[in-house]
Amino acid sequence: MALFYGVEVESPLMLGTARYPSPAVLAEAFRASGAGIATVSLRREQGGGQDFWALVQSLGVRILPNTAGCHSLREAVTTAHMARELFDTPWIKLEVIGEADSLQPDVFALVEAARILVEEGFEVFPYCTEDLVVCGRLLDVGCRVLMPWGAPIGSGLGLNNPYGLRSLRAHFPEVPLVVDAGIGLPSHAARAMEMGYDAVLLNSAVALAGDPVGMARAMALAAEAGRAAFRADPMEPRDMASPSTPVLGKAFLS
Amino acid sequence: MSRHLILGAGVMGLALAAELVARGHEVEIHDPAPDLGPQACSWWAGGMLAPFCEREAAEEPVLRLGLEAAGWWERQTGLVTRRGTLVLALGRDRSELARFARRTSGHEAQDAEGIATLEPDLAGRFAGGLYFPEEAHLSPREALRELRRRLTAQGARFLSEAPAEAESLIDCRGLAAREALADLRGVRGEMLILRCPEITLSRPVRLLHPRIPLYVVPRGEGVFMLGATMIESDRPGPATARSVLELLSAAYALHPAFGEAEILEIGSGVRPAFPDNLPHLRREGRILTANGLHRHGFLLSPAMARMAADHLETGAIPEFMDKAPS
Repeated sequence: MALFYGVEVESPLMLGTARYPSPAVLAEAFRASGAGIATVSLRREQGGGQDFWALVQSLGVRILPNTAGCHSLREAVTTAHMARELFDTPWIKLEVIGEADSLQPDVFALVEAARILVEEGFEVFPYCTEDLVVCGRLLDVGCRVLMPWGAPIGSGLGLNNPYGLRSLRAHFPEVPLVVDAGIGLPSHAARAMEMGYDAVLLNSAVALAGDPVGMARAMALAAEAGRAAFRADPMEPRDMASPSTPVLGKAFLS
Repeated sequence: MSRHLILGAGVMGLALAAELVARGHEVEIHDPAPDLGPQACSWWAGGMLAPFCEREAAEEPVLRLGLEAAGWWERQTGLVTRRGTLVLALGRDRSELARFARRTSGHEAQDAEGIATLEPDLAGRFAGGLYFPEEAHLSPREALRELRRRLTAQGARFLSEAPAEAESLIDCRGLAAREALADLRGVRGEMLILRCPEITLSRPVRLLHPRIPLYVVPRGEGVFMLGATMIESDRPGPATARSVLELLSAAYALHPAFGEAEILEIGSGVRPAFPDNLPHLRREGRILTANGLHRHGFLLSPAMARMAADHLETGAIPEFMDKAPS
């Protein structure tokens, strides 16, 4: 079970709370998913989102506020301060967007914002690329969780760079790693977990599905299956067939 | 026939008043504001009567009950335009059209030629789209004004001070009633009104975009309404620069001539919504509340008005009513 800043979370699924058809569907999707952590945005609500935030808090899961929609270091830090006050938690999922079209993180501002927030006592979950050096810098400034993207936010493209994600896992075996963004299908979630990731974070794949509750269930099953498979130490693929029934004593040519 | 006092002269209150007057009841409508105005969230509405399109993200009753809306508004105001809806997506977002088509019904696929026939000013700009021929639209402010005019002519009284006594009280105050409705929340919407005489559209056009969906509703004489954001916030203040930028960018992508439009209004309102984003009728003693129309004020107020009137006349428990009268 993964430890996020000392907190054990049973479910390998983290779920976002944006863009559901209604708060009622959102609540049902959370119940179906068993997700243990809910991410919440507050940038655009401008302090007027209390009713919605209360609905999210009533889900009974741990809240991970985020800085979604922030395009500069200063915005992200200010939003983190607001989040700490509103949700009474040191946790912050740090997003600093560097490019408006692909919503790629600005990794330079991200490292700097993470440094500032860690010094202020925040427990930072940085949304980053799968770049080893960037991830190393984030750990240097005090992040104890990394959240590399699978693909751009909301794209549903899956894991664009499996090699990069695998090597990140291999380089930082002790750091809780979460694939954040890009997951569109349960098979993407399973694949991340099969690589030994500690959790997956997704939102659009569930919220924008025709049946969000059904998709939440599917994602939970897939993430669980991927985790069980990783723990079961999967066989290595091989080129040659390896028959599982004995062939000794049988005619090779008949 | 009995006498009813309706609180709130927004779209729900006026629709219910019209429904009751049409059934021969005596109606008084109380609202602290002397006339229609920006204090009501229906003042900022798009006025699309688009039950098929709304089904993309809304529950089934929105389609079934929304089908009543165009006929009701035509009977009550004579101001409905029935020319359907055109749904488009920019080249990179073509997959959004396929998704939209799967989740909705009542549409016909259109190629570039079909789009040019429906909306000549958009010719050559889009390779494909969806046409929803059964949908309609109206101008919310004109429709509410006409409803109010006809109600006054038929003897309904508009009061700015609430009278002490009434046989039945129906609370249609939207978000102003939230102290009585613990699970009512506000969903902020921002919109613009532009004048752009270079472009003529004869029906609402929706531009699908994964992050910034836009609709443009023609109001006639070169005036267009652009909407609308959906933000989980009850902050009532002015629209933000980002929201306006996004809406205008999307409009510019629909047609570059919108870049030369005059901005007549930038507005914002807060929609009343329950957790399932569907309207509900509730009865607490003598008071009936009709609330939570979310983004479907014009689309669902006719069905809500019918249900509320049925309940008042017969005690029936209609579809949108939460629990038995206490």
